[in-house]
Amino acid sequence: MLDSTLLGLTYVSAGIFVAAVAARAVKIARLPVHLRWELYPVAHEKGRASYGGSYLEEVDWWTKPRHASLIGELKVMIPEILLLAGVWEHNRKHWLRSFPFHFGLYLLAGLVGLLLVGGLFTLAGLRISAEGGLLGAAVYHLTYLVGYAGLGLGLLGAAALLATRTFDPNYREYTKKGDYFNLAFFVATLVVALVAQALADPHFAVARAYFARLLTFNSSPADVRLASPGLLSGLEIAMASLLVAYIPLTHMSHFFTKWFMYHDIRWNDEPNLVGGKIEQEVAQALHYPVSWSAPHIRGDGTKTWVDVATADVNREEGK
Amino acid sequence: MKKRVKIEDISRRSSQLSTLAKEDFKPLPPPFDKPEATPDFAPLSPAAREKYEGSLDDTIAVSIPKPKSKEEEERLVAGFLSGLEKLFTKENNWTFLQPLLLSMEHCATCHTCSEACHIYEASGHNPIYRPAYRSEVFRRLYKKYVKSKGKLLQAWRDGEIELNWTTVARLAELAYRCNLCRRCAQTCPIGVDNGLIAHEIRKLFSQELGIAARELHDNGSVLQLKVGSSTGMNSLVVKDNIQFIDEEVSEKTGLSIQTPWDKAGADILLIHNAGEIMAWPMNPGAFAVIFEVAGLSWTMSSEIAGYDSINYGLWYDDAQFARVALKHAQAAKKLGVKKIVLGECGHAHKALTVIADRVLTGDLNIPRESSMVLLESLIASGRIKVDPSRNDFPVTLHDPCNLVRLMGVVEPQRRVLRRIAPRFREMEPHGVHNYCCGGGSGFAIMSGHNFADWRCQIAGRKKVEQILNAFKDELDPSIQKYVCAPCSNCKGQLRDLIAYYDLWEKHSIMYDGLVELIVNCMTDVKPGFIEWEQH
Repeated sequence: MLDSTLLGLTYVSAGIFVAAVAARAVKIARLPVHLRWELYPVAHEKGRASYGGSYLEEVDWWTKPRHASLIGELKVMIPEILLLAGVWEHNRKHWLRSFPFHFGLYLLAGLVGLLLVGGLFTLAGLRISAEGGLLGAAVYHLTYLVGYAGLGLGLLGAAALLATRTFDPNYREYTKKGDYFNLAFFVATLVVALVAQALADPHFAVARAYFARLLTFNSSPADVRLASPGLLSGLEIAMASLLVAYIPLTHMSHFFTKWFMYHDIRWNDEPNLVGGKIEQEVAQALHYPVSWSAPHIRGDGTKTWVDVATADVNREEGK
Repeated sequence: MKKRVKIEDISRRSSQLSTLAKEDFKPLPPPFDKPEATPDFAPLSPAAREKYEGSLDDTIAVSIPKPKSKEEEERLVAGFLSGLEKLFTKENNWTFLQPLLLSMEHCATCHTCSEACHIYEASGHNPIYRPAYRSEVFRRLYKKYVKSKGKLLQAWRDGEIELNWTTVARLAELAYRCNLCRRCAQTCPIGVDNGLIAHEIRKLFSQELGIAARELHDNGSVLQLKVGSSTGMNSLVVKDNIQFIDEEVSEKTGLSIQTPWDKAGADILLIHNAGEIMAWPMNPGAFAVIFEVAGLSWTMSSEIAGYDSINYGLWYDDAQFARVALKHAQAAKKLGVKKIVLGECGHAHKALTVIADRVLTGDLNIPRESSMVLLESLIASGRIKVDPSRNDFPVTLHDPCNLVRLMGVVEPQRRVLRRIAPRFREMEPHGVHNYCCGGGSGFAIMSGHNFADWRCQIAGRKKVEQILNAFKDELDPSIQKYVCAPCSNCKGQLRDLIAYYDLWEKHSIMYDGLVELIVNCMTDVKPGFIEWEQH
């Protein structure tokens, strides 16, 4: 019963995570076209991104081909995501707290991947241990390394962030009770996970077995290799599952909305060409009804943006 | 002395949320490194304090009258709430809804943006000028009154805020303590844009309540749409003035210059910030010299707004923005030009080239180009011949935010300067990492009450520091120095900064545009185009 409850909780949590991310991503993507609001440097500007230039630096730019560089974007995004390069450059003190937290979480995401692979291998009859052949030993050692590094760094970072928000008035004044809860949730989960791993599952065998059962929807294993987690490991799994479900429901969903903030806004320098897709979207938006009430607009909910833009402002203001 | 200010404090009635004392401000380089070496911060007059909301800091930008009754207080709050709702609907704000929502939802309040803000730094880290302060107030209001109305745990999750007349009036003022330079946004690891949030707050006030800085609305975009230019010049006056300028530059250069007007079928429609024509007439004059010597097919337009590229709506109102952008495009369409070239005005560049790009459709989508780009091509191709030795004096370049950080036109003007100014040196930092002059987002033309003092003491302080550092080895007044600022608003601010700190008298630091420097070294014209004087 406990086993099936735990498995159910993990499935539901994973489902909430995927659904929340998908729902938010779709909601953002379906928002109407907006005016350009790019900010330089734009990373995909081939040959110009290094100094922040744009295609607008060319005479008759509209007659020339534009060259976007995916490598240019990757050169910015990879250090930005993995190493928090922006925080390193602009807020070094905060980086010392934020980097271990985020990098720890990346490692824990990697741990989930390794446990899934380990679970699959176990189901396939492959032995995951220090003596388990090249592949089995590699997964074993990697899981061990990534797991403890992730838990340790994540906990260190979360605790440091919580301490800063508690004791530094510059941060305290901006920290909501919910923010304290979020960080405390991370700290508690990571403490439980670290203790559970160290005491009850030092080599991640129980965790691997749990992932194997997740993959096979197996709530009552006959296979001794897939033994049930004990109380401590069960608590770890329950808390981690809840945390995974919780993250995308909060502002911490920036882990994926950042993609929109960079690609749809900061680096969105796509010009509006006559007869193009953007022009169609703009034409549609220009026919939205306006209800702004100021005297120079007097939107009544029937006027459109076209009506407003072409109106005589002096008459609108009654002058 | 600064005190700590909490987010919730904005709603608490007090005589003043924050005070400004020049002892707190960031010290400038010598000889201005002691507070007593800088001018005193002029206090707000008692009459202004009596009449207008002035409890935010020590200045007033918007001049919101104090309420005379409870009903007036409630009316302002209700209007604000109504506008707040509308700002987050696609019908009323498709123009910026996606960027706004993302910035509302995802700030981690890590304060990485703080040190990027020249206003926060120059003020000596005054807490109300932290880029995130205004945003956090607005975010809490949005979450309380729009997103999570009455939901359980809302205050626990999003923070406390009280909405009353004081909150609304102070927030309106606070939206005008940001230059919208978006330097803070460059540093945000998530992509949150506090400049955008200030912009959207300004829009809410203007579009719903009709509250905006008078210089931007009544004396700005409204006047421009009425008579053709925010300077008040109608088409007859502007033609008269340009004729006078043509005569003056003809005499100075030894060439015969005549600006073409309303020439149908010309390749280029050149639009200046009309402020140039009034305040810096040698700038449009220099453009005319260069275009005529290069043999370009060009014209100016006498249509409404066709001779004034400014678009103040960019800073506070989408409706006004669209109206002016349409006028510019219609003027170009009527003449059948191949492209619009924008003179030396940063915000006009961004407004018409980048922002209006998704307003102008069909046959109004006429190509727009920066004059920086065209000028570089004329010099690089040899159509304009130069003798750099005529510009043998120290020159530094101010990067207008709208042209550089917000549009990516970075190198053309530098390539020109490297060619024509042998003693050119960069400010630090420069290019897309430059600092705003302090006049951005309309501040350069705003001087009501003691706002000019605030603009020079705080908003422009970092630029003064940069200029002094750029010329630090040649501050001797016997050496004439040139700050090249290819933007009218930036020049307006530099004019005020130079006068405020007496930089011309003390250090012979002058400012002007790029075209003046070009004409000054053109071999086709008589030497001595630049006049070294305070102006």
